[in-house]
Amino acid sequence: MNPVQAAVTWLNDPLNWTNPGGVLDRLGEHLSMSALAVLLGCLVAWPVGLWLGHSGRGGGLVLLVSNVTLAIPTLALLTILPLTFLGFGRASVVVALAVFAVPPLLANAYTGVRQADAEARDAARGMGLSGGQVLRRVELPLAVPYLAAGFRTASVQVVATAALASFVNGGGLGQIIRAGFGLDIAAGGGQIIAGGLLVAGLAMLVEAVLAVVERMVTPRPLRRVRRRANRRAEAATAGG
Amino acid sequence: MFLHLSYRAAPGNPWFSWQYVRDNSDTILAALREHTWLTARAVVIAALVALPLAVAAYWFRSLAASILALTGVLYTIPSLALFAFLAPYLGIGAATVLTVVALYALLVIVRNTLAGLNQVPPEVREAAEGMGYGRWGRLFRIELPLALPGILTGVRLATVSTVALVTVGVVVGRGGLGQLIFAGFQNNFYKAQIMTGTVLCVLLALVLDLILAGVGRLLTPWLRGRIS
Repeated sequence: MNPVQAAVTWLNDPLNWTNPGGVLDRLGEHLSMSALAVLLGCLVAWPVGLWLGHSGRGGGLVLLVSNVTLAIPTLALLTILPLTFLGFGRASVVVALAVFAVPPLLANAYTGVRQADAEARDAARGMGLSGGQVLRRVELPLAVPYLAAGFRTASVQVVATAALASFVNGGGLGQIIRAGFGLDIAAGGGQIIAGGLLVAGLAMLVEAVLAVVERMVTPRPLRRVRRRANRRAEAATAGG
Repeated sequence: MFLHLSYRAAPGNPWFSWQYVRDNSDTILAALREHTWLTARAVVIAALVALPLAVAAYWFRSLAASILALTGVLYTIPSLALFAFLAPYLGIGAATVLTVVALYALLVIVRNTLAGLNQVPPEVREAAEGMGYGRWGRLFRIELPLALPGILTGVRLATVSTVALVTVGVVVGRGGLGQLIFAGFQNNFYKAQIMTGTVLCVLLALVLDLILAGVGRLLTPWLRGRIS
């Protein structure tokens, strides 16, 4: 039986889905872990990015953050954080994943505010709006498409990276692949491929769903501009 | 190559231990060498495949869309999943690691090269045509040199992310410094080992990036003095 057939057989066994530690359990872990990490990333990156963009400073900082994160191996962060005060378990995995969500969120929030029309900003000032009001009422709405694009990039990246949590027994769908590698490659080949299919399928599904969501929250006139900025942010944050 | 991952623990499990580094310099150097070698080979292979692909996409618009779409889809596939797809066929070892990391590097280089080529101003292209350059002459004499900054940015990004990505190769037993990090985790969370592996990874990425930046400066003398 070749590995692909073995994978289909593995996926067709209902017990592999419903057993404790089966696909359904792992899927739940994977999604909750990823959701928490993206949420945490948003809480940190969006306020900072918006403020930096508003004040017009920190372009270098944004670049630095994305470059440094690119160089840190996910595996290192996943193994280091449990040994700090965070301790073993969900918290450290979520924080590690959130670190990789920050660069696209930050870069897009920053660009989103920076690209806001200077004339609109001046007009708002002329109307007597304070700095905070300009940010809230003018720059923030104009930055929404960028925030959405960053959210999508970050989410997909986190869902993809969450597979690596299995290296520290952090749960998630990656655990199925790791367990397969734990067996002999001949015996576990089917399970390895099945796990890979599940992880890749989930990442693509999330990508597709969020692409639709992103389109819905982006007003039509802003659609083309957004795509260009997103590509730039993506280029700065490869890996996972 | 077999990595000896034994160690003599310093008391108290510190984050940094010079004693660990001294006692295990052989292992550490072997891991570093493997990491560098894997990264270098992956980036070179990726660049050799990516450049013709990008040129093809540049020449034929219809190809560009499908190449970019394909690279986009590949990019959403998590690295662990890609290892899972390839390992049963390529086996446990360097071939699998190399294929996976080269594939990701490929995407970055294609995307950046294409962007660089597309930035060549149409006037320049027309002038070259008027001077009687053919398609190939124009490519090698004018378009590729002008796209060099874009290509180099792509190669640098690809290199840095490849250094980080190689560590995931632990799953098939060839992770270079990742091997060190993971072994430290398994050896009762030996912090010095994990930290040494991590720091060396970041340093390696930094050094390779600097080298490539230097090469870039040498290759594009006309940009010198300008702030990039």
